[in-house]
Amino acid sequence: MSEPELNTKDATPSSTPDDLNKAAFEVIGQPRRRVDGRSKVLGQTPFADDLKLPRMLHMRLLRSPYPHARIRGIDTSRAERADGVKLVLTGADLPIPYGILPVSQDEHPLCPDVVRFVGDPVAAVVADTEEQAQAALRSIEVDYEVLTTIASAEEALEVHEPQIHRYAQSGNIHKRVALEFGDVPEALDGADHVFEDVFFYQGNTHLPIEQHASLAALDPDGKLAIWSSTQTPHYLHKALAKALEFPAHKIRVIACPNGGGFGGKSDPFNHEVVACKAALVLGRPVKVCLNREEVFYCHRGRHPVLMRFRTGVKQDGTIVGMDLETLLDGGAYGSYGVASTFYTGALQTVTYEIPRYRFRAARAFTNKPPCGPKRGHGTVQPRFGQEIQLDKIAVALGKDPAELRLQQLVKDDSLTANYLSISKIGLRQCIEKVVEGSDWKRRWGKLPEGRGLGLACSSYLSGAGLPIYWNKMPHSGVQLRIDRMGAVTAFCGATEIGQGSDDVLAGCVAEVLGLDPHDIHLRTGATDITPIDLGSYSSRVTLMMGNAAIEAAERARSTIAAAVAEKLSVPKGRLVFAERRVFDSADPEQGMSFQEAVILAEAKFGTLGSVGSYTPPVSPARFKGGGVGPSPTYSYSAAVVEVEVDPLTGWLHVHKVWIGHDIGRALNPVLVRGQVEGSVYMGLGEGLMEEQTFRRLPPKLSHAAVHKFPSLLEYKSPTALDMPEVVTYLIEEPDPRGPFGAKEVGQGPLLPIMPAIANAVFDAVGVRVDETPISPEKILAALDLKAKGKPARTGPKGFPTIEWPEPFKVAPPWEGGDGRADDDPKAQRRAISEVRS
Amino acid sequence: MTEEIAGDQKVMGRFRVNGDEHHVAYAPHKTLLEVLREDLDLPGTKHGCELGECGACAVLVDGVPTLSCLLLGLEATEREVLTVEGLADDARLHPLQAAFADLGGSQCGYCTPGVLVTAKALLDETPKPTREQIQEALAGNLCRCTGYLQIFEAVEAAAEECAP
Amino acid sequence: MMRVPQFRYLAPKSVGEAAKILRGEVPSAQLFAGGTDLIPNMKRGQQVPKTLVGLRGLHALREVHADGGLSLGAGLSLSSVAGEGRIPLAQRALIMAAGKVATPQIRNMGTLGGNLCLDTRCNYYNQNYEWREAIGFCKKAPDGVAIQEVTHGTCWVAPSSPRCWAVNSSDSAPALIALGAEISLVSADGERRIPLAELYHHDGMAFLSKRPDELLTQVHLPAVDASWRSTYWKLRRRGSFDFPVVSVGAAVSLDAGGVVQAARVVIGAVTSAPVVLDASALVGAPLTDEAIAAFADAAVKPARPLDNTDFHLSWRKRVVREYVAGALRELRGDTADQLGLLARSAARILPLAACS
Repeated sequence: MSEPELNTKDATPSSTPDDLNKAAFEVIGQPRRRVDGRSKVLGQTPFADDLKLPRMLHMRLLRSPYPHARIRGIDTSRAERADGVKLVLTGADLPIPYGILPVSQDEHPLCPDVVRFVGDPVAAVVADTEEQAQAALRSIEVDYEVLTTIASAEEALEVHEPQIHRYAQSGNIHKRVALEFGDVPEALDGADHVFEDVFFYQGNTHLPIEQHASLAALDPDGKLAIWSSTQTPHYLHKALAKALEFPAHKIRVIACPNGGGFGGKSDPFNHEVVACKAALVLGRPVKVCLNREEVFYCHRGRHPVLMRFRTGVKQDGTIVGMDLETLLDGGAYGSYGVASTFYTGALQTVTYEIPRYRFRAARAFTNKPPCGPKRGHGTVQPRFGQEIQLDKIAVALGKDPAELRLQQLVKDDSLTANYLSISKIGLRQCIEKVVEGSDWKRRWGKLPEGRGLGLACSSYLSGAGLPIYWNKMPHSGVQLRIDRMGAVTAFCGATEIGQGSDDVLAGCVAEVLGLDPHDIHLRTGATDITPIDLGSYSSRVTLMMGNAAIEAAERARSTIAAAVAEKLSVPKGRLVFAERRVFDSADPEQGMSFQEAVILAEAKFGTLGSVGSYTPPVSPARFKGGGVGPSPTYSYSAAVVEVEVDPLTGWLHVHKVWIGHDIGRALNPVLVRGQVEGSVYMGLGEGLMEEQTFRRLPPKLSHAAVHKFPSLLEYKSPTALDMPEVVTYLIEEPDPRGPFGAKEVGQGPLLPIMPAIANAVFDAVGVRVDETPISPEKILAALDLKAKGKPARTGPKGFPTIEWPEPFKVAPPWEGGDGRADDDPKAQRRAISEVRS
Repeated sequence: MTEEIAGDQKVMGRFRVNGDEHHVAYAPHKTLLEVLREDLDLPGTKHGCELGECGACAVLVDGVPTLSCLLLGLEATEREVLTVEGLADDARLHPLQAAFADLGGSQCGYCTPGVLVTAKALLDETPKPTREQIQEALAGNLCRCTGYLQIFEAVEAAAEECAP
Repeated sequence: MMRVPQFRYLAPKSVGEAAKILRGEVPSAQLFAGGTDLIPNMKRGQQVPKTLVGLRGLHALREVHADGGLSLGAGLSLSSVAGEGRIPLAQRALIMAAGKVATPQIRNMGTLGGNLCLDTRCNYYNQNYEWREAIGFCKKAPDGVAIQEVTHGTCWVAPSSPRCWAVNSSDSAPALIALGAEISLVSADGERRIPLAELYHHDGMAFLSKRPDELLTQVHLPAVDASWRSTYWKLRRRGSFDFPVVSVGAAVSLDAGGVVQAARVVIGAVTSAPVVLDASALVGAPLTDEAIAAFADAAVKPARPLDNTDFHLSWRKRVVREYVAGALRELRGDTADQLGLLARSAARILPLAACS
């Protein structure tokens, strides 16, 4: 890793143990108004659709009514003559494909030859008004040749032709992966018990209340600008340069504050590329705002995943090996799918010690909107299965599910079987808190029929260890400018999607410089003026941007301190930056205002600025596929959910949730609690009611495979009346790898909710629902089976036979592995660490 | 006599929004939402579905929480409309606004305008609402970020603040 | 942004004027009150009336008269109805139903008459034009836009059926029918008064017996004595927003010994019209567990839920039984604790067993 150019000798690494133990922070850890709070409550936050430019035109997209069809021809002549129409574009105008991952550049701005789901865009109309553009869409005539529809992952396993994408690994299987860490069949053979369970996690979507919108314009100097509701302006920037064949250095992408993202605005989207194209052609600003139905077609949400767990345990419940297979329904395009596929097996090992682990996964292409990353990306589904299976194991072995977990937690500073590097793990405290709060020991298994408690745990990344396109550059950069007015401006490419990234940036800089966060000017998410940050995904921003911000601020502090030290004739190390002053810690009267200090420094050193950057540590995983899962550190959560079930109908009510989250350090506890509760909320939605499902009409009557209900009314998102009481415990054990010790919080606390509900339903009425959503219909079906004396379970019947490739075999650290696959010529077979005995 | 407004051309209308009077030409098939955002330059009011299914576009009409996406502009003329832009007292935040900003009531901020005006109507009517009353009052405003609890707490804090 | 297609807007100043306009403009005119049903339908292109007859100016439609019973103007907002203090406790089913429609904002806008005349709903029909085009337009909207008579098109929920199976999803209708309400319909020919139950047809398209040139002006609640009590149970996934997918409006008159003197039980949201059950079997005996069970078992048969709403249809059918039984147990005076979880979600708003 090369040192950044502007590094100075005085810069100290962020978050040294001394920092973490600092007695009192002035900003960090204080509950306070977020820096963008005022703008939000005034309604002045500029979301993309709120923007207007002179001479602005409006765009609408024509979308395919067929799930799978070849385009034989498009006649746009009538549309071109329609009222107000300025431009009509089709696939022929934009021939270059793009996609978020380098390995799946499979999307076109407008489909040139094949449409792959109902809603796939085929043409665009730009007109004076949105209504004119919409009206003209209907006069575009597209001649389609209908192709066979492939509507599910199981169907994709059977139907090899037609292929939805020619580049699929085989037939309609996009990607298969197989990894094995130690001899798993041997471990299972030697186990006292092997539990085999099949689970299904239904697909669902992000449902941000803001619909995606973009405004593209040709700047007066001939450069291209786009303001967009995107979580990843840098990746959009790259996609635009490619798809438009426009010089990357002449593009600026401005990520507007997102009206909710949750992963749904992380891909470069058709409408963004096409609006830019139209702006380039017409030389006028072009606005597009999707309607709610179209947002459902953008999707990139939770993959439906079928999974089979085979877990071997000793008599006391200690896991000896786990064999996991997953089948993902990917929808029509790659999106983040290859990463999602790996994520369905990446994080099983980071909570409980699993000495041997095999993971095999396949992702299918289907004629539905593409799936991708949603809060907890790919790890949510297998966590659901894993945590329910643990509950079953506990019940079968007569153990308390909390104790079963506590007896085999992963340890601090350890490596997992699949070479994930664990820093600090606060899961024990999380479990202890929720067990205590819910009075678990007295109440679990002992509540009256119809009432139940369920427990589940989870973990999530604090940022992905690798960028989406592999490179050795920093993942996040922060730049500060400081001037004689005492003003500090922080620049960073990070994107505010509601999670509070602006507040983290201001908070970190303010803490180091002794200022108030509200003093800091912020310029974020604009690729022409802000240093690159990879985007608001994988819970990476707090950790990565935070560390970069601290580095930049410490460098600035050092420069200013040098000037002040000279002036006051005190050693630099004695200077303190606090309360907008710089002063001698030995004699606090001796000092000056921050502004005076800056004036001294500007006079001595010239114009002031500093930079900081963050690159994650190199992962010890050196096998193919080892790039997904590593993270600088992992957050941990545990939840207990209390439910009531009506035995006659299966009606389910969640009374209360206790959740503990290992945050490392809460930078702003108000926002941290908001992320925890928001995650609980979304988990309740996924667990109880949300599903992105499709209508497959009788093929004789219709080819359609349509989204069942692309509306906010019928896609069920919990309301203010559906939210139970939530008790949140923040576990603060500062992690040396995080800024001021902080870990992620935006995604992890979602994960334990769904399995905890399922486990609570079992405690309440003795039935298992092994799939989401856990609806009253499914509970009642299981109750019916129970009444007949049959296995009281609703869930998938089995897992299909998949031709798995031979796994990459990697010896776990405690079996002499060095992080390389056995067939890697460099494999050296030496122990990396003796963290487990 | 029956009033008639034809559909194919703009008409003049007098809108009273946040205490300001606007005499503007607008298309009569526009909803109040479109008139506010597109003709009166008041983009604070948001839209999430335009079908009455989310509450993001809520405004007060004569003090009553109303979905601007379902109210025709021509039925909103000559009535008192309050949007999020009219909540603050000049530069001073309304107690609800301050509480939402301080207590996490607003994350992405997109549902916030609709939630705030709806909560204002609640406090105008019921200065000391119970938690249940707050939940009922805000049951028509979907929020995907907060899980609502910090919203409820912010309303409660504002009610305290407003109390004499 | 979803937008309303162009229309001509007429604002009559009296019911008479409105009736005259309707007579002249049928079938291109559409009555327009709260707009909470029609505006979304217009934006989705399900209904594209050329003329809207706006009723907002008709103050008479927002009046409440005590005339032995109570006459409620059809133009009253659902919020006003839910907060109407003159509705006796015995007729609380209406307050419960009106108070559970959609959301507070929708109730502030939507009217009682609008909820009674709510367009029937179906997951194949309440979709954007493009979605409906993708599957092929259905019977209710064969050319994209709803019509009143069958011409062509498939009913996607029951492809072999000759009729449309869109669901009557009104909350207030089952409650008001259970209360024995009547309505006034005004046209240029004059006024007629019919039992509310007669307003509905078992047809998803021609679901109202109201002629297009008629205006629903008033809802009449009969005078009741203290022997009556009523309730409304609503099944929906969430605490708000959702239309009912099973509902029960029930009213009984009990003598001092708890013997049923009269009873009306209506199931909503399980087919194209509210289903009025034959409650004669309940009369003359107390509401014992056995009597309730027998009645609830029989109630399931006329319920015909199909796969065009939220929840699985066979489960909805199961719920019909439990809701009918639960509503009757509530009316006989079971406490909230006895009624349990189902009642708490189904019948919230008023304290349970308030009449007992």
